[in-house]
Amino acid sequence: MAAKPGFPEILAFGPTGYGDELLWGAAMSISIALLAYSLGLIIGIIGALCKLDGSPLTRGIMEGYTTLVRAVPELILILILYYAGTATLNQLLESAGYETVAINGFVAAVLVLGFVQGAYSTEVLRAAIQAIPVGQMEAAKAYGMSPWLIFRRITLPSMLPYAIPGLANLWLIVTKDTALIAVVGYTELALATRQAAGNTKMYFTFFMVAGLIYLIITLISQKGFAILEKRVRRGQRKLA
Amino acid sequence: MNTSHIKFIIKSLVVGVLLLVAGGLLYWLFAASRWDWIAKYLPLLVKGLWLTLLLWVLSCILGMILAIPIGLVQVTGPRWLAAIAHGFCTVIRGTPLLLQLWLIYYGLGSLFPQIGMIYPEFKNDFTWLIRLDAFWYALLAFTLSFAGYEGEIMRGAFLGVPRGELEAARAFGMSPWKVLTRVWFPRAVRLVLPTLAGEVVLQLKATPLAMTVTVMDLAGVVRNRITQDTYIVYEPLMLLAVIYMCLTFLTVWIFSFIEKRVPQKR
Repeated sequence: MAAKPGFPEILAFGPTGYGDELLWGAAMSISIALLAYSLGLIIGIIGALCKLDGSPLTRGIMEGYTTLVRAVPELILILILYYAGTATLNQLLESAGYETVAINGFVAAVLVLGFVQGAYSTEVLRAAIQAIPVGQMEAAKAYGMSPWLIFRRITLPSMLPYAIPGLANLWLIVTKDTALIAVVGYTELALATRQAAGNTKMYFTFFMVAGLIYLIITLISQKGFAILEKRVRRGQRKLA
Repeated sequence: MNTSHIKFIIKSLVVGVLLLVAGGLLYWLFAASRWDWIAKYLPLLVKGLWLTLLLWVLSCILGMILAIPIGLVQVTGPRWLAAIAHGFCTVIRGTPLLLQLWLIYYGLGSLFPQIGMIYPEFKNDFTWLIRLDAFWYALLAFTLSFAGYEGEIMRGAFLGVPRGELEAARAFGMSPWKVLTRVWFPRAVRLVLPTLAGEVVLQLKATPLAMTVTVMDLAGVVRNRITQDTYIVYEPLMLLAVIYMCLTFLTVWIFSFIEKRVPQKR
């Protein structure tokens, strides 16, 4: 039996260590999280505006979307959307006379996580917009601002202080939710770790290292969001 | 093109897409789905549901019991103990539960046989540890996770009890233990009650992760038994989603009922 590499060497880059695999997995996780988060924000803004001043029909649909998505476990949603989404697309392609395609796991992961995030973002942004004093909007309307100008100058800047804590929370959730993508077999940080651990039987080492990477991402994000919150709160009274 | 046009286009797009999805789902549900497997697998599903409920309720109760000292030492404990508790909360909340579960299942699971190899006596006395069912590893992971999240919340709750109430209790000559059990803890629990429903629902939605370590809970039965035996993918998953939805709504309803019963004075 060849000498097995020990603890620090096993994390080396190249064919003998797993350092590059783990880093690649971490890069995948972060990219998935960033894109899914952005998609969730776009859905969230549209959803919040629909919920606040949409017709009863759009309001009802958005209500159904946020309620359903938030009541079902993320893992099950990911399984359903991942398999159902790829199968539906291939059926559509087939019926339209095209070749079926193997769906890129990365794209599917982003779409699925973004769809789930959208429901949570909708609720955060809706609450934040509702927290703006009505008088500010009325004053803006009285000045004759267009709706877009009102959104840019009044709604967005005065909503952010209320929205940032919730949005920060959602970012932390989505970075951790990327680990669920491992269950459908796409190699991000969690699955790369599990494969490395399974190959070397060094379970503790690898899961600890991966945990450390997730923890660093979390701590840096928390710092970043704290700075951001301070910035959007400038000019406001200090919280007790 | 002004903003009301853009708004209208966005709205029609959203409505159109969602109606299309709903229509497709309804068509599939009534015309194309298969449900003949339910009768055969019903006993297994019931067993899985029971395991899911057990995992969920036990981990919430045990986690809450752990969370109380974790929250308390962060408020009044010696500094080193507070630092440990704070570190525990940070690590639990900063890493994915899936990873914690795998660390405990594969890590601890691989550790026991190793100890057994080095100390044969250990193997003789503790063979039950090695043969432990995956359920217990999952329960340990979920309990620690709930304790981490709830410990942080309990810290805030203990801090949120007005100082005057604690001083009044001490002025009555209550021992520290009595202050805790009669004033501090009951008041803190009332403060966390509104957030508790959300935390318990989050814990419920985490339970399907247990299927990744071979626990035969509801999700495990669906994925590792039904779908593997019959190659039916969506129908069991839909059933799973509906069951979880019902459990979520039931939980929210029960907690709102409890909250109404508890007098809330500020």
